[in-house]
Amino acid sequence: MIKVENLTKIFGAKRAVDGVSFSVERGEVLGFLGPNGAGKSTTMRMITGFLPPTSGKITVGGFDILEQPIPAKKLMGYLPENAPAYTDMTVYGFLDFAAEIRGLRGAAKKAAINRAVELCFLNSVLHQNVDTLSKGYRHRTCFAQSIIHDPDILVLDEPTDGLDPNQKHEIRQLIRKMGEQKAIIFSTHILEEVDAVCSRAIIIDRGRIVANGTPAELRRKSEWAGAVTMRVNGQAANAVQEKLNRLRAAKKVTTATEGGKVTVTVYPRTAGDGDLTREVIEASSGWQVEELRTEEGRLDEVFRSITMPDTTGKETR
Amino acid sequence: MNPLGNIKTIAKRELLAYFSSPVAYVFIVIFLLLNGFFTFMVGGFFERGEASLANSFFTWHPWFYLFLVPAVGMRLWADERRVGTLELLLTMPIAPWEAIVGKFIASWLFLGLALVLTFPIVLTVNHLGSPDNGVIFAAYVGSWLMAGTYLAVSCITSAITRSQVVSFIISVVACLFLILAGFPPVINLLQSLTNNWQWLVDVITSFSVITHFEGFQKGVLDSRDILFFLSVIGFSLFTTSVILRTHRTS
Repeated sequence: MIKVENLTKIFGAKRAVDGVSFSVERGEVLGFLGPNGAGKSTTMRMITGFLPPTSGKITVGGFDILEQPIPAKKLMGYLPENAPAYTDMTVYGFLDFAAEIRGLRGAAKKAAINRAVELCFLNSVLHQNVDTLSKGYRHRTCFAQSIIHDPDILVLDEPTDGLDPNQKHEIRQLIRKMGEQKAIIFSTHILEEVDAVCSRAIIIDRGRIVANGTPAELRRKSEWAGAVTMRVNGQAANAVQEKLNRLRAAKKVTTATEGGKVTVTVYPRTAGDGDLTREVIEASSGWQVEELRTEEGRLDEVFRSITMPDTTGKETR
Repeated sequence: MNPLGNIKTIAKRELLAYFSSPVAYVFIVIFLLLNGFFTFMVGGFFERGEASLANSFFTWHPWFYLFLVPAVGMRLWADERRVGTLELLLTMPIAPWEAIVGKFIASWLFLGLALVLTFPIVLTVNHLGSPDNGVIFAAYVGSWLMAGTYLAVSCITSAITRSQVVSFIISVVACLFLILAGFPPVINLLQSLTNNWQWLVDVITSFSVITHFEGFQKGVLDSRDILFFLSVIGFSLFTTSVILRTHRTS
Protein backbone atom coordinates (compact mmCIF):
# COMPACT_ATOMS: atom_id res chain seq x y z
CA MET A 1 0.00 0.00 0.00
CA ILE A 2 2.88 2.35 0.73
CA LYS A 3 6.00 2.21 -1.34
CA VAL A 4 8.98 4.42 -0.67
CA GLU A 5 11.91 4.40 -3.06
CA ASN A 6 15.22 6.11 -2.53
CA LEU A 7 13.68 8.89 -0.53
CA THR A 8 16.01 11.79 0.25
CA LYS A 9 15.36 15.08 1.97
CA ILE A 10 18.01 17.73 2.35
CA PHE A 11 17.52 20.70 4.67
CA GLY A 12 20.25 23.20 3.90
CA ALA A 13 23.48 21.26 4.42
CA LYS A 14 21.85 18.44 6.38
CA ARG A 15 20.65 15.21 4.85
CA ALA A 16 17.67 14.57 7.10
CA VAL A 17 16.61 11.50 5.13
CA ASP A 18 19.13 9.76 2.93
CA GLY A 19 18.15 7.14 0.38
CA VAL A 20 15.41 5.42 2.36
CA SER A 21 13.43 2.63 0.67
CA PHE A 22 10.79 0.35 2.13
CA SER A 23 7.22 -0.76 1.61
CA VAL A 24 4.25 -1.58 3.78
CA GLU A 25 1.45 -3.93 2.80
CA ARG A 26 -2.06 -4.33 4.11
CA GLY A 27 -2.10 -6.26 7.37
CA GLU A 28 1.29 -4.97 8.42
CA VAL A 29 2.16 -2.70 11.31
CA LEU A 30 5.54 -1.18 10.63
CA GLY A 31 7.38 0.28 13.59
CA PHE A 32 9.68 3.15 12.82
CA LEU A 33 12.47 3.35 15.37
CA GLY A 34 15.37 5.66 15.77
CA PRO A 35 16.96 8.21 18.04
CA ASN A 36 15.58 11.76 18.11
CA GLY A 37 16.41 13.61 14.94
CA ALA A 38 17.05 10.45 12.96
CA GLY A 39 14.58 11.45 10.25
CA LYS A 40 11.46 9.57 11.35
CA SER A 41 9.11 12.53 11.36
CA THR A 42 10.56 13.95 8.17
CA THR A 43 9.96 10.64 6.40
CA MET A 44 6.38 10.55 7.63
CA ARG A 45 5.78 14.13 6.59
CA MET A 46 6.92 13.26 3.11
CA ILE A 47 4.73 10.17 2.94
CA THR A 48 1.69 12.18 3.96
CA GLY A 49 2.46 14.87 1.42
CA PHE A 50 3.25 17.67 3.85
CA LEU A 51 6.88 18.00 2.80
CA PRO A 52 7.99 17.43 -0.77
CA PRO A 53 11.03 15.12 -1.01
CA THR A 54 14.30 16.40 -2.44
CA SER A 55 14.46 13.23 -4.50
CA GLY A 56 12.89 9.80 -4.52
CA LYS A 57 9.43 8.44 -5.11
CA ILE A 58 6.50 7.73 -2.83
CA THR A 59 3.39 5.89 -3.92
CA VAL A 60 0.39 5.48 -1.64
CA GLY A 61 -2.19 2.95 -2.74
CA GLY A 62 -0.76 3.22 -6.25
CA PHE A 63 -0.96 7.03 -6.37
CA ASP A 64 2.18 9.12 -6.54
CA ILE A 65 1.99 11.56 -3.64
CA LEU A 66 3.44 14.41 -5.71
CA GLU A 67 1.48 13.83 -8.90
CA GLN A 68 -1.86 12.74 -7.48
CA PRO A 69 -1.82 14.06 -3.94
CA ILE A 70 -5.56 14.19 -3.39
CA PRO A 71 -6.49 10.56 -4.11
CA ALA A 72 -3.40 9.48 -2.17
CA LYS A 73 -4.30 11.65 0.82
CA LYS A 74 -7.85 10.31 0.78
CA LEU A 75 -6.51 6.84 1.58
CA MET A 76 -4.48 8.02 4.54
CA GLY A 77 -5.08 9.04 8.11
CA TYR A 78 -2.29 10.98 9.74
CA LEU A 79 -1.47 11.74 13.34
CA PRO A 80 1.33 14.33 13.30
CA GLU A 81 3.94 14.58 16.02
CA ASN A 82 2.62 16.38 19.14
CA ALA A 83 -0.97 15.75 18.00
CA PRO A 84 -2.01 19.25 16.92
CA ALA A 85 -5.71 20.15 17.05
CA TYR A 86 -7.70 23.32 16.60
CA THR A 87 -7.79 24.67 20.13
CA ASP A 88 -10.70 27.03 19.61
CA MET A 89 -13.24 24.29 18.91
CA THR A 90 -15.00 21.57 20.84
CA VAL A 91 -13.92 17.97 20.36
CA TYR A 92 -17.15 17.30 18.51
CA GLY A 93 -16.72 20.37 16.31
CA PHE A 94 -13.19 19.34 15.44
CA LEU A 95 -14.19 15.80 14.52
CA ASP A 96 -17.16 17.12 12.57
CA PHE A 97 -14.77 19.26 10.54
CA ALA A 98 -12.38 16.34 9.99
CA ALA A 99 -15.26 14.13 8.81
CA GLU A 100 -16.62 16.78 6.49
CA ILE A 101 -13.29 17.51 4.86
CA ARG A 102 -13.01 13.78 4.22
CA GLY A 103 -16.24 14.02 2.27
CA LEU A 104 -18.60 12.51 4.84
CA ARG A 105 -22.06 14.02 5.12
CA GLY A 106 -25.27 13.49 7.03
CA ALA A 107 -25.83 10.10 8.64
CA ALA A 108 -22.51 8.71 7.43
CA LYS A 109 -20.74 11.61 9.08
CA LYS A 110 -22.55 11.10 12.34
CA ALA A 111 -21.79 7.38 12.35
CA ALA A 112 -18.12 8.04 11.62
CA ILE A 113 -17.84 10.53 14.45
CA ASN A 114 -19.54 8.19 16.89
CA ARG A 115 -17.28 5.34 15.90
CA ALA A 116 -14.11 7.38 16.32
CA VAL A 117 -15.33 8.77 19.63
CA GLU A 118 -16.01 5.31 20.93
CA LEU A 119 -12.71 3.84 19.77
CA CYS A 120 -10.76 6.67 21.35
CA PHE A 121 -12.82 6.96 24.56
CA LEU A 122 -13.73 10.59 24.02
CA ASN A 123 -17.34 10.46 25.17
CA SER A 124 -16.76 12.32 28.40
CA VAL A 125 -15.09 15.35 26.75
CA LEU A 126 -17.13 15.53 23.57
CA HIS A 127 -18.43 19.05 24.15
CA GLN A 128 -15.36 20.43 25.83
CA ASN A 129 -13.09 22.93 24.10
CA VAL A 130 -9.88 21.34 22.87
CA ASP A 131 -7.66 23.84 24.72
CA THR A 132 -9.14 22.77 28.07
CA LEU A 133 -8.23 19.11 27.52
CA SER A 134 -5.42 17.26 29.22
CA LYS A 135 -2.60 16.09 27.02
CA GLY A 136 -3.87 12.53 26.85
CA TYR A 137 -7.32 13.58 25.70
CA ARG A 138 -5.93 16.02 23.19
CA HIS A 139 -3.74 13.29 21.81
CA ARG A 140 -6.68 10.96 21.48
CA THR A 141 -8.75 13.69 19.84
CA CYS A 142 -6.12 14.05 17.15
CA PHE A 143 -5.91 10.28 16.86
CA ALA A 144 -9.68 10.11 16.42
CA GLN A 145 -9.34 12.62 13.60
CA SER A 146 -6.89 10.32 11.81
CA ILE A 147 -9.21 7.31 11.87
CA ILE A 148 -12.47 9.14 11.27
CA HIS A 149 -12.81 8.02 7.64
CA ASP A 150 -11.65 4.47 8.44
CA PRO A 151 -8.63 4.82 6.15
CA ASP A 152 -6.74 1.93 4.60
CA ILE A 153 -3.46 3.50 5.58
CA LEU A 154 -2.50 5.06 8.88
CA VAL A 155 0.61 7.11 9.51
CA LEU A 156 1.07 7.74 13.20
CA ASP A 157 3.92 9.84 14.52
CA GLU A 158 4.52 8.81 18.14
CA PRO A 159 0.91 7.86 18.84
CA THR A 160 1.54 7.01 22.49
CA ASP A 161 3.68 10.01 23.37
CA GLY A 162 2.48 11.73 26.53
CA LEU A 163 -0.12 9.13 27.47
CA ASP A 164 -0.31 7.36 30.82
CA PRO A 165 0.39 3.61 30.92
CA ASN A 166 -3.29 2.65 30.71
CA GLN A 167 -3.92 4.90 27.76
CA LYS A 168 -0.76 3.64 26.10
CA HIS A 169 -2.05 0.13 26.47
CA GLU A 170 -5.42 1.05 24.96
CA ILE A 171 -3.90 2.80 21.98
CA ARG A 172 -1.53 -0.09 21.33
CA GLN A 173 -4.39 -2.55 21.42
CA LEU A 174 -6.25 -0.36 18.97
CA ILE A 175 -3.30 -0.11 16.60
CA ARG A 176 -2.73 -3.84 16.69
CA LYS A 177 -6.37 -4.56 16.02
CA MET A 178 -6.59 -2.10 13.16
CA GLY A 179 -3.34 -3.41 11.77
CA GLU A 180 -5.07 -6.62 10.80
CA GLN A 181 -6.90 -4.89 7.97
CA LYS A 182 -4.85 -1.78 7.34
CA ALA A 183 -1.33 -0.78 6.51
CA ILE A 184 0.08 1.14 9.45
CA ILE A 185 3.33 2.99 9.97
CA PHE A 186 4.04 4.31 13.39
CA SER A 187 7.10 5.84 14.91
CA THR A 188 8.20 5.47 18.48
CA HIS A 189 11.26 5.42 20.62
CA ILE A 190 9.70 3.11 23.17
CA LEU A 191 11.11 -0.29 22.38
CA GLU A 192 8.56 -2.35 24.26
CA GLU A 193 5.98 -0.98 21.84
CA VAL A 194 7.72 -2.67 18.98
CA ASP A 195 7.16 -6.03 20.62
CA ALA A 196 3.63 -5.19 21.63
CA VAL A 197 2.38 -3.89 18.31
CA CYS A 198 4.64 -4.29 15.28
CA SER A 199 4.80 -7.02 12.76
CA ARG A 200 7.95 -5.46 11.37
CA ALA A 201 10.35 -2.77 12.46
CA ILE A 202 12.77 -0.44 10.75
CA ILE A 203 15.55 1.26 12.63
CA ILE A 204 16.62 4.53 11.13
CA ASP A 205 19.69 6.50 12.13
CA ARG A 206 21.01 9.75 10.66
CA GLY A 207 18.56 9.46 7.82
CA ARG A 208 19.47 5.93 6.78
CA ILE A 209 17.82 2.59 7.41
CA VAL A 210 20.20 0.55 9.54
CA ALA A 211 17.98 -2.45 10.27
CA ASN A 212 14.76 -3.86 8.85
CA GLY A 213 13.05 -7.02 10.08
CA THR A 214 10.56 -8.58 12.46
CA PRO A 215 11.10 -7.82 16.13
CA ALA A 216 12.45 -11.37 16.60
CA GLU A 217 14.89 -10.96 13.74
CA LEU A 218 16.12 -7.70 15.16
CA ARG A 219 16.54 -9.21 18.55
CA ARG A 220 18.68 -11.95 17.10
CA LYS A 221 21.24 -9.32 16.11
CA SER A 222 21.95 -8.81 19.78
CA GLU A 223 25.03 -10.46 21.28
CA TRP A 224 22.63 -11.52 23.99
CA ALA A 225 20.53 -13.54 21.59
CA GLY A 226 20.89 -17.22 22.48
CA ALA A 227 23.15 -16.52 25.45
CA VAL A 228 22.80 -18.89 28.39
CA THR A 229 22.67 -17.58 31.93
CA MET A 230 23.16 -19.99 34.80
CA ARG A 231 23.41 -19.68 38.55
CA VAL A 232 25.57 -22.28 40.23
CA ASN A 233 26.03 -22.95 43.92
CA GLY A 234 29.25 -24.27 45.47
CA GLN A 235 31.67 -23.84 42.59
CA ALA A 236 34.59 -21.47 42.19
CA ALA A 237 33.98 -18.76 39.66
CA ASN A 238 37.21 -19.25 37.71
CA ALA A 239 36.68 -23.01 37.50
CA VAL A 240 33.25 -22.49 36.02
CA GLN A 241 34.53 -19.90 33.63
CA GLU A 242 37.42 -22.06 32.49
CA LYS A 243 35.26 -25.05 31.80
CA LEU A 244 32.61 -23.14 29.90
CA ASN A 245 35.20 -21.22 27.92
CA ARG A 246 36.32 -24.45 26.35
CA LEU A 247 32.90 -25.08 24.81
CA ARG A 248 32.93 -25.00 21.01
CA ALA A 249 29.82 -22.83 20.72
CA ALA A 250 30.88 -20.30 23.36
CA LYS A 251 32.25 -16.97 22.27
CA LYS A 252 32.69 -15.26 25.60
CA VAL A 253 31.97 -16.07 29.24
CA THR A 254 31.35 -13.59 32.03
CA THR A 255 30.91 -14.45 35.69
CA ALA A 256 29.76 -12.65 38.80
CA THR A 257 29.90 -14.00 42.34
CA GLU A 258 27.38 -13.13 44.99
CA GLY A 259 27.08 -14.85 48.37
CA GLY A 260 28.96 -17.99 47.29
CA LYS A 261 26.85 -18.37 44.18
CA VAL A 262 28.25 -17.84 40.72
CA THR A 263 26.14 -16.30 38.01
CA VAL A 264 27.66 -17.05 34.66
CA THR A 265 26.64 -15.88 31.20
CA VAL A 266 27.87 -17.65 28.11
CA TYR A 267 27.56 -15.80 24.81
CA PRO A 268 27.12 -17.86 21.63
CA ARG A 269 29.19 -17.75 18.46
CA THR A 270 26.03 -18.02 16.38
CA ALA A 271 22.62 -17.26 17.78
CA GLY A 272 19.57 -19.39 17.59
CA ASP A 273 20.75 -22.94 16.88
CA GLY A 274 20.57 -24.31 20.45
CA ASP A 275 24.06 -25.85 20.33
CA LEU A 276 25.26 -23.66 23.12
CA THR A 277 22.40 -24.58 25.41
CA ARG A 278 23.03 -28.30 24.92
CA GLU A 279 26.78 -27.92 25.49
CA VAL A 280 26.26 -25.87 28.62
CA ILE A 281 23.88 -28.46 30.03
CA GLU A 282 26.37 -31.24 29.33
CA ALA A 283 29.23 -29.29 30.88
CA SER A 284 27.28 -28.48 33.98
CA SER A 285 26.57 -32.08 34.98
CA GLY A 286 27.51 -32.55 38.59
CA TRP A 287 27.13 -28.86 39.37
CA GLN A 288 24.49 -27.60 41.72
CA VAL A 289 22.57 -25.52 39.14
CA GLU A 290 19.89 -23.31 40.65
CA GLU A 291 18.79 -21.45 37.59
CA LEU A 292 19.25 -21.80 33.84
CA ARG A 293 17.80 -19.71 31.10
CA THR A 294 18.35 -18.84 27.47
CA GLU A 295 18.23 -15.18 26.55
CA GLU A 296 16.09 -14.01 23.68
CA GLY A 297 18.19 -10.98 22.96
CA ARG A 298 17.42 -7.46 23.88
CA LEU A 299 16.02 -4.86 21.53
CA ASP A 300 17.41 -1.96 23.49
CA GLU A 301 20.89 -3.39 23.20
CA VAL A 302 20.46 -3.92 19.46
CA PHE A 303 19.12 -0.40 19.16
CA ARG A 304 22.09 1.06 21.00
CA SER A 305 24.71 -0.92 19.15
CA ILE A 306 23.24 -0.04 15.76
CA THR A 307 22.48 3.60 16.29
CA MET A 308 25.66 4.47 18.20
CA PRO A 309 28.50 2.76 16.41
CA ASP A 310 31.04 4.88 18.25
CA THR A 311 30.54 6.46 21.62
CA THR A 312 32.88 9.38 20.95
CA GLY A 313 29.96 11.00 19.19
CA LYS A 314 32.04 12.48 16.42
CA GLU A 315 30.05 14.15 13.67
CA THR A 316 29.79 12.17 10.51
CA ARG A 317 29.86 14.13 7.30
CA MET B 1 -15.00 16.14 -3.36
CA ASN B 2 -15.48 19.35 -5.26
CA PRO B 3 -13.43 22.46 -4.50
CA LEU B 4 -16.52 24.45 -3.53
CA GLY B 5 -17.45 21.90 -0.88
CA ASN B 6 -13.93 21.95 0.52
CA ILE B 7 -13.83 25.74 0.61
CA LYS B 8 -17.19 25.78 2.34
CA THR B 9 -16.04 23.27 4.97
CA ILE B 10 -12.86 25.22 5.68
CA ALA B 11 -14.72 28.52 5.84
CA LYS B 12 -17.35 27.08 8.15
CA ARG B 13 -14.73 25.80 10.57
CA GLU B 14 -12.93 29.12 10.54
CA LEU B 15 -16.12 31.08 11.23
CA LEU B 16 -17.09 28.72 14.04
CA ALA B 17 -13.67 29.23 15.56
CA TYR B 18 -14.12 33.02 15.41
CA PHE B 19 -17.33 32.90 17.35
CA SER B 20 -16.18 30.38 19.92
CA SER B 21 -13.54 32.84 21.10
CA PRO B 22 -14.07 36.40 22.35
CA VAL B 23 -12.09 37.85 19.44
CA ALA B 24 -15.15 38.13 17.22
CA TYR B 25 -17.31 39.90 19.77
CA VAL B 26 -14.57 42.26 20.88
CA PHE B 27 -13.89 43.14 17.28
CA ILE B 28 -17.51 43.83 16.42
CA VAL B 29 -18.14 45.92 19.51
CA ILE B 30 -15.04 48.03 18.99
CA PHE B 31 -15.77 48.48 15.31
CA LEU B 32 -19.30 49.69 16.05
CA LEU B 33 -18.21 51.98 18.88
CA LEU B 34 -15.53 53.56 16.71
CA ASN B 35 -18.02 54.07 13.91
CA GLY B 36 -20.52 55.69 16.23
CA PHE B 37 -18.00 57.93 17.87
CA PHE B 38 -16.31 59.13 14.70
CA THR B 39 -19.51 59.63 12.75
CA PHE B 40 -21.30 61.70 15.35
CA MET B 41 -18.58 63.31 17.43
CA VAL B 42 -15.66 63.78 15.04
CA GLY B 43 -17.37 63.60 11.67
CA GLY B 44 -20.06 66.03 12.74
CA PHE B 45 -22.91 64.05 11.24
CA PHE B 46 -25.61 66.36 12.61
CA GLU B 47 -23.76 69.63 12.07
CA ARG B 48 -23.23 68.86 8.41
CA GLY B 49 -26.92 68.74 7.73
CA GLU B 50 -26.33 66.43 4.74
CA ALA B 51 -28.47 63.44 3.90
CA SER B 52 -25.34 61.46 3.12
CA LEU B 53 -22.91 59.14 4.84
CA ALA B 54 -19.88 59.80 2.66
CA ASN B 55 -18.00 62.43 4.65
CA SER B 56 -19.14 61.58 8.13
CA PHE B 57 -19.17 57.77 8.08
CA PHE B 58 -17.33 56.06 5.21
CA THR B 59 -14.44 58.46 5.21
CA TRP B 60 -13.11 56.89 8.42
CA HIS B 61 -13.20 53.31 7.23
CA PRO B 62 -9.76 53.14 5.63
CA TRP B 63 -8.34 54.20 9.00
CA PHE B 64 -10.40 51.83 11.15
CA TYR B 65 -9.46 48.95 8.91
CA LEU B 66 -5.82 49.88 9.20
CA PHE B 67 -5.78 48.50 12.74
CA LEU B 68 -8.78 46.26 12.92
CA VAL B 69 -8.32 44.13 9.82
CA PRO B 70 -4.73 43.09 10.60
CA ALA B 71 -6.04 42.10 14.03
CA VAL B 72 -8.52 39.76 12.36
CA GLY B 73 -6.06 38.48 9.79
CA MET B 74 -2.98 38.04 11.96
CA ARG B 75 -3.98 34.67 13.31
CA LEU B 76 -5.04 33.14 10.00
CA TRP B 77 -1.80 31.34 9.17
CA ALA B 78 0.52 32.32 12.02
CA ASP B 79 -1.60 30.38 14.45
CA GLU B 80 -1.89 27.33 12.20
CA ARG B 81 1.87 27.20 12.00
CA ARG B 82 2.45 27.83 15.70
CA VAL B 83 -0.02 25.19 16.88
CA GLY B 84 0.95 22.74 14.15
CA THR B 85 -2.50 22.37 12.65
CA LEU B 86 -1.05 23.49 9.34
CA GLU B 87 0.40 20.01 9.03
CA LEU B 88 -3.03 18.56 9.64
CA LEU B 89 -4.72 20.89 7.18
CA LEU B 90 -2.27 20.34 4.36
CA THR B 91 -2.28 16.55 4.67
CA MET B 92 -6.03 16.44 4.26
CA PRO B 93 -7.36 15.63 0.80
CA ILE B 94 -7.69 19.23 -0.31
CA ALA B 95 -5.63 21.52 -2.52
CA PRO B 96 -3.70 24.21 -0.60
CA TRP B 97 -5.44 26.99 -2.54
CA GLU B 98 -8.79 25.71 -1.31
CA ALA B 99 -7.62 26.13 2.27
CA ILE B 100 -6.26 29.60 1.52
CA VAL B 101 -9.45 30.76 -0.18
CA GLY B 102 -11.66 29.13 2.45
CA LYS B 103 -9.92 30.80 5.34
CA PHE B 104 -9.87 34.13 3.54
CA ILE B 105 -13.57 33.97 2.72
CA ALA B 106 -14.46 33.15 6.33
CA SER B 107 -12.64 36.21 7.62
CA TRP B 108 -14.01 38.38 4.85
CA LEU B 109 -17.56 37.29 5.62
CA PHE B 110 -16.89 38.09 9.24
CA LEU B 111 -15.76 41.61 8.32
CA GLY B 112 -18.87 41.87 6.15
CA LEU B 113 -21.00 40.96 9.14
CA ALA B 114 -19.39 43.69 11.23
CA LEU B 115 -20.08 46.12 8.41
CA VAL B 116 -23.72 45.04 8.10
CA LEU B 117 -24.17 45.63 11.81
CA THR B 118 -23.62 49.35 11.21
CA PHE B 119 -27.12 49.41 9.66
CA PRO B 120 -28.61 51.71 12.36
CA ILE B 121 -26.67 54.59 10.83
CA VAL B 122 -28.44 53.96 7.52
CA LEU B 123 -31.80 53.91 9.30
CA THR B 124 -30.87 57.14 11.08
CA VAL B 125 -29.94 59.03 7.95
CA ASN B 126 -33.09 57.75 6.23
CA HIS B 127 -35.18 58.87 9.15
CA LEU B 128 -33.70 62.36 9.18
CA GLY B 129 -33.64 63.02 5.48
CA SER B 130 -33.87 61.34 2.12
CA PRO B 131 -30.39 60.19 1.11
CA ASP B 132 -29.56 58.39 -2.10
CA ASN B 133 -29.55 54.81 -0.87
CA GLY B 134 -27.87 53.65 -4.06
CA VAL B 135 -24.85 55.75 -3.17
CA ILE B 136 -24.83 54.33 0.33
CA PHE B 137 -25.02 50.80 -1.02
CA ALA B 138 -22.14 51.42 -3.41
CA ALA B 139 -20.07 52.83 -0.56
CA TYR B 140 -20.78 49.74 1.52
CA VAL B 141 -19.64 47.51 -1.33
CA GLY B 142 -16.49 49.60 -1.67
CA SER B 143 -15.85 49.47 2.05
CA TRP B 144 -16.18 45.69 2.08
CA LEU B 145 -13.86 45.31 -0.92
CA MET B 146 -11.34 47.55 0.81
CA ALA B 147 -11.56 45.46 3.96
CA GLY B 148 -10.94 42.36 1.81
CA THR B 149 -7.86 44.00 0.32
CA TYR B 150 -6.41 44.72 3.76
CA LEU B 151 -7.30 41.22 4.83
CA ALA B 152 -5.53 39.64 1.87
CA VAL B 153 -2.41 41.67 2.73
CA SER B 154 -2.70 40.40 6.31
CA CYS B 155 -2.89 36.86 4.94
CA ILE B 156 0.57 37.30 3.44
CA THR B 157 2.10 38.70 6.60
CA SER B 158 0.41 36.02 8.64
CA ALA B 159 1.91 33.33 6.44
CA ILE B 160 5.39 34.83 6.80
CA THR B 161 5.67 34.41 10.55
CA ARG B 162 4.65 32.20 13.43
CA SER B 163 4.15 35.23 15.64
CA GLN B 164 0.82 37.00 15.50
CA VAL B 165 2.35 40.21 16.85
CA VAL B 166 4.94 40.37 14.10
CA SER B 167 2.26 39.62 11.56
CA PHE B 168 0.07 42.42 12.93
CA ILE B 169 2.81 45.03 12.83
CA ILE B 170 4.00 44.21 9.33
CA SER B 171 0.51 44.21 7.94
CA VAL B 172 -0.36 47.54 9.59
CA VAL B 173 2.69 49.05 7.91
CA ALA B 174 1.80 47.50 4.56
CA CYS B 175 -1.79 48.71 4.81
CA LEU B 176 -0.58 52.13 5.86
CA PHE B 177 1.30 52.30 2.61
CA LEU B 178 -1.91 51.42 0.74
CA ILE B 179 -3.62 54.37 2.43
CA LEU B 180 -0.83 56.93 2.39
CA ALA B 181 -0.08 56.45 -1.28
CA GLY B 182 -3.28 58.38 -1.96
CA PHE B 183 -3.30 60.74 1.00
CA PRO B 184 -3.24 64.38 -0.26
CA PRO B 185 -0.29 65.55 1.91
CA VAL B 186 1.73 62.58 0.74
CA ILE B 187 0.82 63.21 -2.89
CA ASN B 188 2.03 66.80 -2.53
CA LEU B 189 5.25 65.60 -0.96
CA LEU B 190 5.75 63.06 -3.74
CA GLN B 191 5.21 65.75 -6.36
CA SER B 192 7.83 68.01 -4.88
CA LEU B 193 10.25 65.14 -4.35
CA THR B 194 9.93 63.72 -7.85
CA ASN B 195 10.15 67.14 -9.46
CA ASN B 196 6.60 66.80 -10.73
CA TRP B 197 7.11 63.57 -12.64
CA GLN B 198 3.41 63.13 -12.86
CA TRP B 199 3.57 59.57 -14.23
CA LEU B 200 5.53 58.32 -11.24
CA VAL B 201 3.20 60.03 -8.82
CA ASP B 202 0.28 58.51 -10.70
CA VAL B 203 1.73 55.02 -10.50
CA ILE B 204 2.21 55.32 -6.77
CA THR B 205 -1.15 56.88 -6.06
CA SER B 206 -2.90 54.28 -8.18
CA PHE B 207 -1.95 51.77 -5.49
CA SER B 208 -3.86 53.70 -2.88
CA VAL B 209 -7.06 52.26 -1.54
CA ILE B 210 -8.30 55.78 -0.83
CA THR B 211 -8.21 56.79 -4.48
CA HIS B 212 -10.16 53.70 -5.41
CA PHE B 213 -12.55 53.97 -2.50
CA GLU B 214 -13.48 57.56 -3.40
CA GLY B 215 -15.46 56.49 -6.44
CA PHE B 216 -17.57 54.11 -4.37
CA GLN B 217 -18.29 56.87 -1.85
CA LYS B 218 -19.72 58.97 -4.67
CA GLY B 219 -21.90 56.05 -5.67
CA VAL B 220 -19.88 55.06 -8.73
CA LEU B 221 -19.31 51.33 -9.13
CA ASP B 222 -16.39 51.65 -11.51
CA SER B 223 -15.18 48.33 -12.87
CA ARG B 224 -11.59 49.59 -12.69
CA ASP B 225 -11.89 50.18 -8.96
CA ILE B 226 -13.52 46.81 -8.42
CA LEU B 227 -10.83 45.22 -10.54
CA PHE B 228 -8.14 46.96 -8.48
CA PHE B 229 -9.43 45.56 -5.20
CA LEU B 230 -10.05 42.09 -6.58
CA SER B 231 -6.67 41.91 -8.25
CA VAL B 232 -4.85 42.94 -5.06
CA ILE B 233 -6.81 40.24 -3.22
CA GLY B 234 -6.01 37.65 -5.90
CA PHE B 235 -2.35 38.59 -5.98
CA SER B 236 -2.06 38.51 -2.19
CA LEU B 237 -3.69 35.10 -1.88
CA PHE B 238 -1.41 33.78 -4.60
CA THR B 239 1.61 35.19 -2.73
CA THR B 240 0.32 33.50 0.43
CA SER B 241 0.26 30.15 -1.36
CA VAL B 242 3.81 30.67 -2.62
CA ILE B 243 5.01 31.54 0.90
CA LEU B 244 3.31 28.50 2.41
CA ARG B 245 4.88 26.28 -0.22
CA THR B 246 8.31 27.79 0.34
CA HIS B 247 8.08 27.03 4.06
CA ARG B 248 7.56 23.40 3.27
CA THR B 249 10.31 22.99 0.73
CA SER B 250 13.12 24.72 2.60
